[in-house]
Amino acid sequence: MARILSRLFLSFAMVSCLLSLPALALDVPALSGRINDTAGMLSQTNVTELKQLLAAFEESESTQIVLLTIPSLEGEVLEDFSLRVVEKWRIGQKGLDNGALLLVSRDDRRLRIEVGYGLEGSLTDMTGGRIISRVIVPRFKEGKFDQGIHDGLLAMIQAVRGEFTAPQASAKRTTGNDPAGLLFLLIFVYSFVGRIFHNKKFLAAISGAVVSPVVGMMIFPQLGIWLLALVPVGVLGGVFAASMSVGGRSGGFYIGGGSGYSGSSGGFGGGFSGGGGGFGGGGASGGW
Amino acid sequence: MKHLASLLLFTITAVILSGCGYNTLQTKEEGVFKAWADVESTLQRRADLIPNLVETVKGYAKHEQETLQAVVDARSKVGSVQISSSDLSNPAAMQQMQAAQSGLSSALSKLLLVVERYPDLKANQNFLDLQNQLEGTENRINVARQRYNTAVSDFNGAIRRLPASLTNKFLLKLERKEYFKAEEGAKTAPAIKF
Repeated sequence: MARILSRLFLSFAMVSCLLSLPALALDVPALSGRINDTAGMLSQTNVTELKQLLAAFEESESTQIVLLTIPSLEGEVLEDFSLRVVEKWRIGQKGLDNGALLLVSRDDRRLRIEVGYGLEGSLTDMTGGRIISRVIVPRFKEGKFDQGIHDGLLAMIQAVRGEFTAPQASAKRTTGNDPAGLLFLLIFVYSFVGRIFHNKKFLAAISGAVVSPVVGMMIFPQLGIWLLALVPVGVLGGVFAASMSVGGRSGGFYIGGGSGYSGSSGGFGGGFSGGGGGFGGGGASGGW
Repeated sequence: MKHLASLLLFTITAVILSGCGYNTLQTKEEGVFKAWADVESTLQRRADLIPNLVETVKGYAKHEQETLQAVVDARSKVGSVQISSSDLSNPAAMQQMQAAQSGLSSALSKLLLVVERYPDLKANQNFLDLQNQLEGTENRINVARQRYNTAVSDFNGAIRRLPASLTNKFLLKLERKEYFKAEEGAKTAPAIKF
C-alpha cells in the first residue's frame, strides 16, 4: 500500500513538475495597436500623436514600427521575450520583413529595439544602439519617458527612411511550390500525353518519364537530383493515361479549377495587425 | 471498368508516394539545411567583426597583447573549420566546429572583461558601435541556433516515425542531423555589459 502511495506521489510530482515549466514564461500581450503602453508610461496626447505618426509612416513606406511597454520582465531575458513578441505579432509586411519593435520594461529599466530582416540594412545594430544610448536613455535618466519614447520612435523612422523605401504594401505570393499544385499539373500533363499516344503505352510511358521531372523542376527547383524520383511516376502516369484515353475521342480526363491561392497581406481596414514579417534577432539592447 | 481501375491505381500510387513522407522528409531536411545556412551566416558575421574590434582595442590597450592574440588565434581556428551540409550528420565534425566556436566565444568574453580597465576605450564611439554590433550578432547566433535545433529535432523525429521511417530506410536514406549545442556559460544572453 505504502509503495503504491509513494509511486502515486512520485508520478504526481513528476507531472506537476512538467506542467509547471511553461508557466514560467511571461505571456506576450495581445497586439492592440501600434502603441501598446501596458506599463502606462505615456501621456494620452503623446499616445494619439505617436499613433498618427506611425500610421502615416506605414501608409507611406509600408514599414511597421510598434511600441510595447511592459511593467516588468518577471525574470525573463529581455532578448528572448522581445523575440517571442515579434514572432507572435509578426509585424512588418510578409516578404519584406520590414517591422521593428521598441520594447521598454519599466521596472527592469531595460529596453530593446528589435529589427526585422528587411530593416537590418538601414536600422542596423549600430544605429539601434546609438538611438538607445544617445536619444532614449539620456531622456529616460531624467525621467522624461514621454519624450524619450517619442524621440526614439522618431529616430527609428528617420533611420529607416535613410535608405529604405518599400513598395506599396505588395502582397507577395509565392507561385506554385505546393505538392497539390504539382499533382494537378502532372495529372493534366498525363491526360495530354494520353490523348496523343492513345493505346501506344510504351511511347506514353517514355514521354511521361521525360516530362514529369521537367514539370517537377518548374514547381520544386530546389529538389535537384531528387526530381528523378518522378521518372517512375511519369512511366505509370503515361501508361494509365494512354490506356484510359481510348480512341482519342473520350479525351482523357479534364481537371478544372485553379489551385486556389489565398491572399496573404496584413489586414489594413480598421484595426491594426502584423503583416507577417520575419525576425532573426537583429537589433540592440540597453538600459538606463 | 478499366477506366475506374486505372484511376484507382493511379490514385493509390500518388497517395503512397506522398503519404509515406517522401516529400515531407525532404522538405524537412531542406529546412535543416536552410536553418544551418542562417547559423553559418551569423557566425561569419561575428568573425568578420573581430579584426575591427582587435584594431580598436589595440589602440587603447597595448598591454593586453596576450588577450588580443588569443582572440586572433581563436578566429583563425574558426575560419579553418568549415562545415558542409553533409557534415551536419557527422558528430565528430560538428564537435570540432562547436569547440572552435566556443573557443572564440571565451576569448572574446575575456577581451571584453579586460576592456573594463580602460575607461578611455569604453568611451570611444567606435568601440561602443562595435560592442553594439557584437551584442546584436551574438543574439542573432542564439536565435539562429535555436531555430536550427528546432528544425533538427523536427527532422530527426520525422525519420524515426512510421511510415516515413520505412520510406527513409529503403528509398531516401537520409541521416539524422546533429544538434548545435549551446556553449557552457553562453546559455544566457550575451554577457557584454557596460
